[in-house]
Amino acid sequence: MSDLERHYDSAPGDEPQDSPGHWVRTYLLGLGFATILTIASFWIAAAHPIWGPAVPVALIVLAIAQMGVHLVFFLHVTTGPDNTNNVLALAFGVMVVALVVLGSIWIMDHLNQNMMPTDQQMQM
Amino acid sequence: MSNVDFPASVEAIRRRREEPGQAGHHDHGGPVAGAGHGDTGPATKRIIVGYGFWIFLLSDIVMFSCFFATYAVLQHATAGGPGIRQIVELPRVEWETAFLLMSSFTCGLSFAATNARNVLWTQIFLVITGLLGLGFVLLEVQEFIGLTQQGIIPQRSGFLTGFFSLVGTHGLHVSAGLLWLGTMLAQVQVKGFRREIVHRLICFNLFWHALDIVWVGIFTIVYLLGSIG
Repeated sequence: MSDLERHYDSAPGDEPQDSPGHWVRTYLLGLGFATILTIASFWIAAAHPIWGPAVPVALIVLAIAQMGVHLVFFLHVTTGPDNTNNVLALAFGVMVVALVVLGSIWIMDHLNQNMMPTDQQMQM
Repeated sequence: MSNVDFPASVEAIRRRREEPGQAGHHDHGGPVAGAGHGDTGPATKRIIVGYGFWIFLLSDIVMFSCFFATYAVLQHATAGGPGIRQIVELPRVEWETAFLLMSSFTCGLSFAATNARNVLWTQIFLVITGLLGLGFVLLEVQEFIGLTQQGIIPQRSGFLTGFFSLVGTHGLHVSAGLLWLGTMLAQVQVKGFRREIVHRLICFNLFWHALDIVWVGIFTIVYLLGSIG
């Protein structure tokens, strides 16, 4: 490992030099958390152990939590100073995703409500 | 301000020295030439390649968000055809999820082996990753063939267009990842851990993990929320 390969910044997905055991532990932790969250998701959807209307909310919360687990344990995106650029880019991506998804649902829902039902259109 | 030339970098180095125990922090001693701090020049190619690929992946995720938005908007536009409840087969989705999660894990292990400069274990874990990914793709192809045989095709309704394009785009990404994985196997074998090969392995890792993140969104929004109707 030359001097140039030693670095302070970290790219996502990269593994800064550390013992292999450290990274295997990180991946095992990530696999464990992700497995628990996945099983929880499928169990809640199949068995409905909680109040019905809360099921979709619980599923979405579990999915976001699992994405967080993947980011931290598999992609090694952290809050450390070596990750500032990665987190900023991620935050921008999340903002665009939220605008596209929530904006589309919001606008199209309003358009739907303002549309005249088809049978009334036929009578015109 | 004339006595402070690079306030941000000076602050960064100060934090490095005074708070060495931070999360995500890996201390390697004093400032290093070419590390991108202070006036020591730009970041290493390894950082730039990984960061650039991270930006590409985020743009890929933005593209997926458009498919997610399309699906959400068209979800109830079934035109009298089958809805999502008639399509979902949860046991298959469970297997797909398990395959992809395990492949993400073994992909990470392969890179841990790369960091230890171990060709054999890198290759073994990459092959396991590829087999699990192949299992995922085959399950999805089986699902699509089954649906097609029942006349459930993208042209049937707006909902089915949204469904097939969202799930299919993800499947195409996994298939492309498998091709990439095959070339990486060959490159590691023939060229060894040259610097640019390691950079490509970093990018492949990022790509594969990002696919799993997108799949978390798909199995939750499409399949699980669809199954509870």
